[in-house]
Amino acid sequence: MSTTTVAHHEEHAEHPTGIMRWLTTTNHKDIGTMYLTFSLIMFLVGGSMILAIRAELFQPGLQLLNPEFFNQLIGVHALIMIFAALMPAATGFANWMIPLQIGAPDMALPRLNNWGFWLLPPSAILLTLPFTLALFGIGDGAMATGWTFYPPLSVQGGIGVDFAIFAVHLLGISSVLGSINIIVTLFNMRAPGMTLMKMPMFAWGWLITAFLLIATIPVLAGAVTMLLTDRHFGTHFFDAAGGGDPIMFQHLFWFFGHPEVYILLLPVWGFIPQILETFSRKPMYGYKAQVYSLWAIGALAVVVWAHHFFTAGMPVPALLYFMYSTMAISLPLAVLFFCWIKTMWKGSMSFETPMLFAVGWIILFGIGGLTGLVLADVAADAQYHNSYFVVAHFHYTLFAGGIMGIMAGTYYWLPKMTGNMYSEKLGKLHFWLTAISFNLTFIPQFFLGLAGMPRRIPDYALQFAEFNMISSIAAFVLGFSQLLFVYNIISCARGGKKATDQVWEGAKGLEWTLPSPPPYHSFTEQPIVK
Amino acid sequence: MATHSTNQYYVPHGSIYPSIISIGLLTLASGFIFNVATDKSKDLTYLQAPGKWMMIIGALIISFMVFKWMGSVINESLTGKYSKWEDKSFRVGMIVFICSELAFFAAFFGALFYMRILSVPDLAGYDLDITPYKDFLSTWPSSGPGGTVLGVEYKPGTLNAMGAWGLPAINTALLLTSGATITWAHWALIKNNRTQLIAGMALTVALGIAFLICQAMEYHHAYTEMGLTLHSGAYGATFFMLTGFHGFHVTLGTVMLIVILIRCMKGHFTPEHHFGFEGVAWYWHFVDVVWLGLFIFVYWL
Repeated sequence: MSTTTVAHHEEHAEHPTGIMRWLTTTNHKDIGTMYLTFSLIMFLVGGSMILAIRAELFQPGLQLLNPEFFNQLIGVHALIMIFAALMPAATGFANWMIPLQIGAPDMALPRLNNWGFWLLPPSAILLTLPFTLALFGIGDGAMATGWTFYPPLSVQGGIGVDFAIFAVHLLGISSVLGSINIIVTLFNMRAPGMTLMKMPMFAWGWLITAFLLIATIPVLAGAVTMLLTDRHFGTHFFDAAGGGDPIMFQHLFWFFGHPEVYILLLPVWGFIPQILETFSRKPMYGYKAQVYSLWAIGALAVVVWAHHFFTAGMPVPALLYFMYSTMAISLPLAVLFFCWIKTMWKGSMSFETPMLFAVGWIILFGIGGLTGLVLADVAADAQYHNSYFVVAHFHYTLFAGGIMGIMAGTYYWLPKMTGNMYSEKLGKLHFWLTAISFNLTFIPQFFLGLAGMPRRIPDYALQFAEFNMISSIAAFVLGFSQLLFVYNIISCARGGKKATDQVWEGAKGLEWTLPSPPPYHSFTEQPIVK
Repeated sequence: MATHSTNQYYVPHGSIYPSIISIGLLTLASGFIFNVATDKSKDLTYLQAPGKWMMIIGALIISFMVFKWMGSVINESLTGKYSKWEDKSFRVGMIVFICSELAFFAAFFGALFYMRILSVPDLAGYDLDITPYKDFLSTWPSSGPGGTVLGVEYKPGTLNAMGAWGLPAINTALLLTSGATITWAHWALIKNNRTQLIAGMALTVALGIAFLICQAMEYHHAYTEMGLTLHSGAYGATFFMLTGFHGFHVTLGTVMLIVILIRCMKGHFTPEHHFGFEGVAWYWHFVDVVWLGLFIFVYWL
């Protein structure tokens, strides 16, 4: 069997340095680094917004923010965290790791890849510019509708809604380009011998994510386009006077919005099993079962959307259908949980930082999943809808299930990316601070929601004061512990103990056969996978 | 120069075009927002003029950069940088892209079905004691029951649907024929019959332009004689947004067909190696299929 030789840039070509290197790069590692850096910056921006909100909520009454600005911060916090922090982080890992994991020379469409990243900074500008414009007396700030853009509020809103609509358009184009690239890479660039069922789980997670993005992001683009024409061109999509319906927007939005949850989580479900098998030093349990479960969840994701607005008004058969289909998701998810736990069973486990995050992730994400079952119950949801219970639930899925998963991945692959080991001591400190303060922030919010505190309000009744105070203090601890994470990443990138090629004793897969850091052109010869 | 062989994957040099296109998009989008800002706040009228200029500049930046970008791809193709391996990437990528376009149209078809099957009948079906719309009938086409919305009085007119068997039927014939002519041109390309290829492409372009002219006439008819506008409630909104976005895609498709026609005349493409041609042909067929959906659900039924 002969090896497949792979050429990269023309041999005498030098890549430019300085800012031009980053503006023009077609290298998957450069682009991955840009995605991850952008994600980290926006994570801190979105985090500071929520700290302002938590400061306001520290006590009942209005102290720091006026209610309009409070609402703007809530909506932009969510859009930034979802579209500018979590999604770019997953795409960054995809760019860095998928070519290494499948033995490819690069991503399949490198220039498109570059464009996918460079759409993000303009979107971030569009999202945050209204705040700045408001300082100069232009408009009244960012959109104050929450991230969900529900009409009629979003039809009435000011210039901020238009900015958010176009930010979503650019972010959507970026996601579609990224998905095209990943699908093509996975179908066309795998090393000889790597069949689909030999792909690393991360590649599987991303393949299904990419399909979901292709199917749903354009629907969101269509929905916000209708919003735009309702706002400015006199259409009546969401307006009963013309035969339209505001609830139709909720259907269109959540047809995207629910799969979006899996778009954020499936890449994490991909690499967490890889971390578990590495630090348990035994092969992943139930590879096929996991792949099929990912497919099942991907398919169910697009048929359950209306559980986000049970209380908006729907015929009873529709309520029942959406309740049962939502609950059906817990079956493949239970298979996944079983496989993750069985992977660790009787393994020779060690608890480096990535493993700590992965195990903590299983438990906390489990709480997120179980509280989701509570919300999926139509009868119970009538009480919990739009309360802090929902806020706590989706932070358990998106912060614990998403961001903490991304942190596990960061610590897992950072030595491979930089060639240096990070500080294990700081990493562990970061984990414990994050895990404890996260729970202290959001467990009180479950109680607040059960007691009836609605979400998205700057002021609240006196009986909610204690839990809000605990939650605010813990949120500040959670926020500031992330500075440890930033410091650890920066100091790791600048130097430290050299990492070996394999980095972790139990690490398996093609990416660990390359030097740390991998050379600018990784596989000059495509490896043969047996 | 580097050596090339069939089993090397071509990774292009760095390219500045993508990041400049993004700047163009940012300019275009913010220009648009400034231009329409007056709609919601009269204080922002002074933004209108700069907004218009930003839109023009943004659109020019994007067009010029797309032109340069495609130019460098064509150049790489002509100098033999792409083999079967790269070719497959383009093919899979194009298919996935067309799927995402279908999802975009699905959103608008979804809105049409929702309004026609759910929201319009619901508005007409409420108990007379609770509904403000007492005389409203759920007939289609509907421009809704009317009412005061956000302080604006909305009075629906009576509407007639755009008939299916006039211009729309001619348009269907035009697009279906253009699908046949582009396939005829493709056969010619495979047989290396350049005259038939150029004739087929020229016919396809002509049919595409004829379609756009017919649609412009139809819009003119709707606005001036039928009183059917974008403001005409559920029917007007779905009619113009669906056919409008489709028309926009036909326009893009026609521009791409013209580029391919020029490339054919310059002697580009070989019987074995012509993804540029096929990609545009696929796109054209996709536009065709969406039209059939429009013809059935918007015009006919």
